[in-house]
Amino acid sequence: MTGNEQPPAPDEPLLSVANVSKIFSGGRSLLGRQRSAVRAVDGVSLELRAGETLGLVGETGSGKSTLGRLVLRLVEPTSGRITFAGEDLTAKSMAEVRRLRGSIQMVFQDPYGSLDPRMSVGALIAEPMIVHGAPRADIPRRVSEIMGLVGLDARLAHRYPHQFSGGQRQRIGIARAMALSPKLLVLDEPVSALDVSIQAQILNLLRDIQQRTGMAYLFIAHDLAVVRHVSNRVAVMYLGRIVETGPRDKLYGAPRHPYTISLLSAVPLASPALERTRSRIPVYGEISSGTAVPSGCRFHPRCFRARLVAGAGKVPTVASGDGIIPAVCAQQDPKLEGPTSEHLSACHFGPEHDGRIATLQPAGERA
Amino acid sequence: MMQPKPATVLSIRGLTTTFPGPRGDIVIVDDVSLDVARGETLAVVGESGSGKTMTFHSALGLVPSPGRVVAGEVLLDGADLLRLPPHELRQRRGADIAIVFQDPLTALNPVFTIGDQIGEVLRAHTRLSRSSARKRAIETLERVHIPDPHRRVDDFPHQFSGGMRQRALIAMAIALEPKVLIADEPTTALDVTVQAQVLELLADLKRDTGMGLVLITHDLGVVARYADRLAVMYAGRVMEQGTADRVFETPRHPYTLSLFRSIPHLDTPAGTDLTPIEGLPPNPALLPTGCAFEPRCFHGGGREDCRSGRPALTPTDVPEHAARCWHWTELASERRPS
Repeated sequence: MTGNEQPPAPDEPLLSVANVSKIFSGGRSLLGRQRSAVRAVDGVSLELRAGETLGLVGETGSGKSTLGRLVLRLVEPTSGRITFAGEDLTAKSMAEVRRLRGSIQMVFQDPYGSLDPRMSVGALIAEPMIVHGAPRADIPRRVSEIMGLVGLDARLAHRYPHQFSGGQRQRIGIARAMALSPKLLVLDEPVSALDVSIQAQILNLLRDIQQRTGMAYLFIAHDLAVVRHVSNRVAVMYLGRIVETGPRDKLYGAPRHPYTISLLSAVPLASPALERTRSRIPVYGEISSGTAVPSGCRFHPRCFRARLVAGAGKVPTVASGDGIIPAVCAQQDPKLEGPTSEHLSACHFGPEHDGRIATLQPAGERA
Repeated sequence: MMQPKPATVLSIRGLTTTFPGPRGDIVIVDDVSLDVARGETLAVVGESGSGKTMTFHSALGLVPSPGRVVAGEVLLDGADLLRLPPHELRQRRGADIAIVFQDPLTALNPVFTIGDQIGEVLRAHTRLSRSSARKRAIETLERVHIPDPHRRVDDFPHQFSGGMRQRALIAMAIALEPKVLIADEPTTALDVTVQAQVLELLADLKRDTGMGLVLITHDLGVVARYADRLAVMYAGRVMEQGTADRVFETPRHPYTLSLFRSIPHLDTPAGTDLTPIEGLPPNPALLPTGCAFEPRCFHGGGREDCRSGRPALTPTDVPEHAARCWHWTELASERRPS
């Protein structure tokens, strides 16, 4: 990324994250021992255009939530650059970043925990406007406008968060985030705490708001079906890295990275008929911790493809944990590269090696 | 209502549980009848507050005070658990019928080793010595695929990952080879790849031991992959039940159909419109006189009979299937999205 001081050209990304890392240093424990550092986000790059939704999926410990917070500089990056609307956020002082926060807002998973219980809904939505110095006279009109936009009755502005249901509270959280007409919303698991019957209300609301305002969404979630539903493009994270990214239909229709393939296979489909005929792909063990990132490719301890390639016997192999894998997987960190410039995957081997997948042990055999 | 089949191991009949409220008793579990056969997986589906968890807590005598089971029977191999004296119920619970709770971290005691906790279950129900209990604990950990069980048996819960803690809880639950295992949202706190491992483990254990398995869940995908039969609960009532295949293929209750239409599916075209269920889950203290789902129903909502009369769970045109709706016949033409 160069030329970040110029105003953005129309096709330039609204948000650009370039090689960003966040290492939480361990500090010392109560007994004075050095704690190991956690590589929460490790050299991640992504771009997001106006009006677009980028879905960010991954399991606990993948670094997806930290990445969302880095974009708002709620967490300071250890290295790398974040550019928003042509301005280098990482080079700015906190005061300048705070001013820019009007343009980037966040919606949290737990709507109740993120709303001050002592403030009425109207005051909660007005607060960001007051902080950012909006003309006082405009505020009541704008509050009822936004309440209408998120499907809340403006006559309820004097009520308090506890008087609302979970779904309505998430509407309040969204309304608050929209108070300053941001260009980018970072949504961190916005529907995962809601009942199934309420999730669709919020997902439809987010779609309507985006159509009306052209806001860009960075949509962070662990639910692959929800992410597929809302996203134009998707990035899959594993242990602080993006391991695969691509247009929604490419990534879901023809996934390339073995982790993406394993994830998609692990999600049960709501159809007994399909489930009976579906092949199960094993995922070995559980995600490692950011304090002890595996050598080489960080997915190798859990990878089915590494075991298949090693089993075919055409490459040098090494023993790893309870399996035999190609030496390259244990030694070299694979680059994120594509079949196309849009669809990228970080794996030494392609999906053409997955043919003999049925010969592997079923999932759940080893923890 | 379906007759208990010969292989039925757990039969819940007319179970009703109430909590005192400011204006009289609030019915939390409302005349629920469910059967579980040997080697069968019954999924009980519902949103928070639907009564799915409270049904099984009621069945096991675990209703927190001031709640009270006011009617029904819970037959485990023919004996009514609700009529057993407390010490006998405690013996049956754990030995013959066991429950795995949702959150493994709070269900395990942090100051005892995993081995001690499994051993405690064994020694409370059998005359095993301390050393043979430890041996059995190691064997049980091996059965739930804890790697290196000889060493891990002396670990404390915090030394286990989330998936391993859930396996340890399952180990405690199956240590005495119960006839019925109730798993209450066993994987909700787990990541999707670990969820798959834990559910495969439960399915394998069920196949190997022939126990009946009850899966309490809100995840329709989990139901489709693992359940033989399915009961859909709403407002403390069973709204629809039948074989999983039939309920997914030909739902006969508007609530079930609405659930299918309100979630994004990985097997439908991306961006398929979601149809939310309007309104809010019901307040159990303020249930309508008629059908509990009527205020949110796309189908019968507003009709006089739905508002005034409470439908019974009645057999439908679908074999081995029942639905609690006045107008299920009209749903025969509705399809789930596919």
